[in-house]
Amino acid sequence: MTELNNLIGSEFSDTNSLQFLSFTLGNEEYGVDILRVQEIRSWEPVSRIPNVPAYEKGVVNLRGSIVPIIDLRERFNLDNIVYTPLTVVVVLQAHFEAKTRIMGIVVDTVSDVINVDKKNIQISPTFGTKVSTEFINGLVSVNERMLILLDVDKLLKLEGVTDEHDNYS
Amino acid sequence: MSIDMVQFHQVFFEESFEGLDTMESGLLNLDMGDVDVDEINTIFRAAHSIKGGSGTFGFSAVSDFTHVMETMLDEMRDGRRKVTKPAIDVLLGSVDCLREMLRAIQNEDEINLVSVAEHKAALENALNNTDVNSSQSDQFIPPLINVATPVAADSQVEGWVISFSPHVNLLRTGNDPVRMFRELAELGDFTVNVDLQGVPDLYDLDAEDCHLSWKLIVNGAISAHAIDEVFDWVEDECDLAKQAIYSQMATHLPDVNISDVSLNVIASVAELSNKTEIIQHAEVIHKEDKDESKSSVAKVSNSIRVDTGKIDTLINMVGELVITQSMLSLVGEHFEVTKLDQLKNGLSQLERHTRELQESVMNIRMLPISFVFSRFPRMARDISSKLGKKIDLKLIGENTEVDKTVVELLSDPLVHLVRNSLDHGIEMPEVRLAAGKSETGTVILEAYHRGGNIVIEVRDDGKGLDKGMLRAKAIEKGLIATDAVLTDKQTYELIFMPGFSTAEKLTDISGRGVGMDVVRRNIQALGGNIEIISELGKGSTIAIHLPLTLAILDGQSIAVGDEIYILPLGSIVESLNIKEDRINRVGGKGETFLLRGIYLPIIRLHEIFNVPNVKATKLTEGLLVVVEGQGERYGLFVDDLLGQQQVVIKSLEANYRRVEGVSAATILGDGSVALILDIPGLVRLSNQ
Repeated sequence: MTELNNLIGSEFSDTNSLQFLSFTLGNEEYGVDILRVQEIRSWEPVSRIPNVPAYEKGVVNLRGSIVPIIDLRERFNLDNIVYTPLTVVVVLQAHFEAKTRIMGIVVDTVSDVINVDKKNIQISPTFGTKVSTEFINGLVSVNERMLILLDVDKLLKLEGVTDEHDNYS
Repeated sequence: MSIDMVQFHQVFFEESFEGLDTMESGLLNLDMGDVDVDEINTIFRAAHSIKGGSGTFGFSAVSDFTHVMETMLDEMRDGRRKVTKPAIDVLLGSVDCLREMLRAIQNEDEINLVSVAEHKAALENALNNTDVNSSQSDQFIPPLINVATPVAADSQVEGWVISFSPHVNLLRTGNDPVRMFRELAELGDFTVNVDLQGVPDLYDLDAEDCHLSWKLIVNGAISAHAIDEVFDWVEDECDLAKQAIYSQMATHLPDVNISDVSLNVIASVAELSNKTEIIQHAEVIHKEDKDESKSSVAKVSNSIRVDTGKIDTLINMVGELVITQSMLSLVGEHFEVTKLDQLKNGLSQLERHTRELQESVMNIRMLPISFVFSRFPRMARDISSKLGKKIDLKLIGENTEVDKTVVELLSDPLVHLVRNSLDHGIEMPEVRLAAGKSETGTVILEAYHRGGNIVIEVRDDGKGLDKGMLRAKAIEKGLIATDAVLTDKQTYELIFMPGFSTAEKLTDISGRGVGMDVVRRNIQALGGNIEIISELGKGSTIAIHLPLTLAILDGQSIAVGDEIYILPLGSIVESLNIKEDRINRVGGKGETFLLRGIYLPIIRLHEIFNVPNVKATKLTEGLLVVVEGQGERYGLFVDDLLGQQQVVIKSLEANYRRVEGVSAATILGDGSVALILDIPGLVRLSNQ
């Protein structure tokens, strides 16, 4: 909740409305803060990284930077869907210790940009151990559908993506 | 017309810091009692340009201070003054002070006026060569002598006034002031005055914190070294200022006895410390020691001073490139098949020029390693005089050039290693004599190129590492099993384990490991590795192997399955097809290949990386690339070798994380990403 408050406090202090990019994973709808979206690309083959979890698909060259690509469906243990030319990679910027890192997430489709009144955002309920809610910032209802708002910075912390001290990179 | 002088400040600071380094190394090179006019001239010139520059920019404190130094140097140059150790000590102290002043100005901090006044007084004192006389005593601020500036003449010392303010944590580190006071009391007539001012209210008081500070007076002809020794272990945990009471003071004040003099001095010390500036000063000294390397890195990182020769080469190269380009466009304009040869020639010329251009651009980033080495003579001098050791520091290969980033990142680990050698490696003179060695210990710092690597060695002829003790300690700490079988190399590697030596700093060996895990991590982060060779009683060698540059690497592409990896060319010894009859298995699993009498362990890359769609699963179908990592050879089994090429190194960690067995990534000609293999990491993976 504090993250949400910060988010609201810092970037949207003069308005009550937030904008999210919504996308689907299987039957579920998710949203990420639109200001964190750098670009949307189609799926292209990645270079595999050895000995990492299957959902870390590998790395690609994004105009000279090496960017990891993570499959969110696999990460959230949803059904695997075969990659097609329409499979989408959303490139996100995450902030970590005053540095900006870039990563790509594989999603089924990107649907919309949605305005959300921040009063309507509900804090994510806990589901016990059944569902991992650690990346979820809150829930909001859009046209009778539930949109799950993701915390980009926490997504990046997936399995210690950032737990190495990389003072020299 | 007014010019904004601020734009020139950065250049002034850079030149001044360079000048200070020149002065420092010049002073260290001076031979006692002998006037080397050339050397003094060099020092003098550096001081003079700092004085001139600071005058121009209105930093009058700096120019005034430098003026006094100049006067002294001038006298030395003319032969009016002898080159003595005390004089050099004072000058070295002044160089430090000046550096501190310039840093303060650069960072827009307050200049520590007390420290400046002290050093200036010490300079003037040395200049007048007559110690304190009564007419001066009104403005004279007694020079507080810190550890780094040994006292002029111990023989005249009648006693010491010590202002001792421990940091809050002192008691927690296991140090007990009472024990230290007892030691001081053994040296001479001893008085303690406690300052209770820092003690908080009862409710705020943590009984384990130390809030007291003391003014201590010891009377007697005691050497500065003896005093230092008492405070040796707490040096980093307290603010310490000590001042000698000289016999002259007593003769100038014949009517009062020694203790009265001491009281006067205490009064003046107390008065000064009321301003709290002395304490700040002492803190600055302690902090500076640690922060020095960092802050200098931060400052130089924005600009680079380049030999104009290198720039000229670069300009030549660009000129050639432009000519080639115009020649090619001419060919392209009216192209006919008959001009094919011309086109081919042009292209090969272009290729050559691009490569040369790249090399000369890289060359601009290369700095001689003396940028790091130059600080060590001073460190050796300070440490040896502090510990009473005799140390001869030799620098070899200072002009070996390394990439700027490497130079900067290397300095911290290297300081650590050299300090370890000086502090723990080299024994005290009497111990050395008893062991049948020469009294003076030698520490050699050598840099040289080997293949595409630079090797930096810190060698000492000190006591070496005690394998038994290392082992015992590791077992005691639970780092290895009691029955673990370790090779010599593995035993030495123990000192790199985190937490290996945090406890029992007092034993003579454990200091070797303090922070060694950090050293190794920093070296590995630079893509290098570090190894130790040691012989008990004979000395140790610590060798750091580093890539010359962090930007570009000569690589060999290899294919495994559908994937392409890059092997650093420097680590490849040879590649061969192998025959079944030379393959042996150890324990049914580990495979070795017999090559010229040596059994090489085979690492199957596709297995440790779990690569799908592998073409060669039988050893006879693929290729064995013999690679060298950390001094040992391994056979890396791959499908095929592709081409050799220079690759641009891209960090995997900028957006992702460190991956075992991989040092970085690169982008191939088709835009895809290939991983650069890290041999030591592969070996670790295969051993899992």
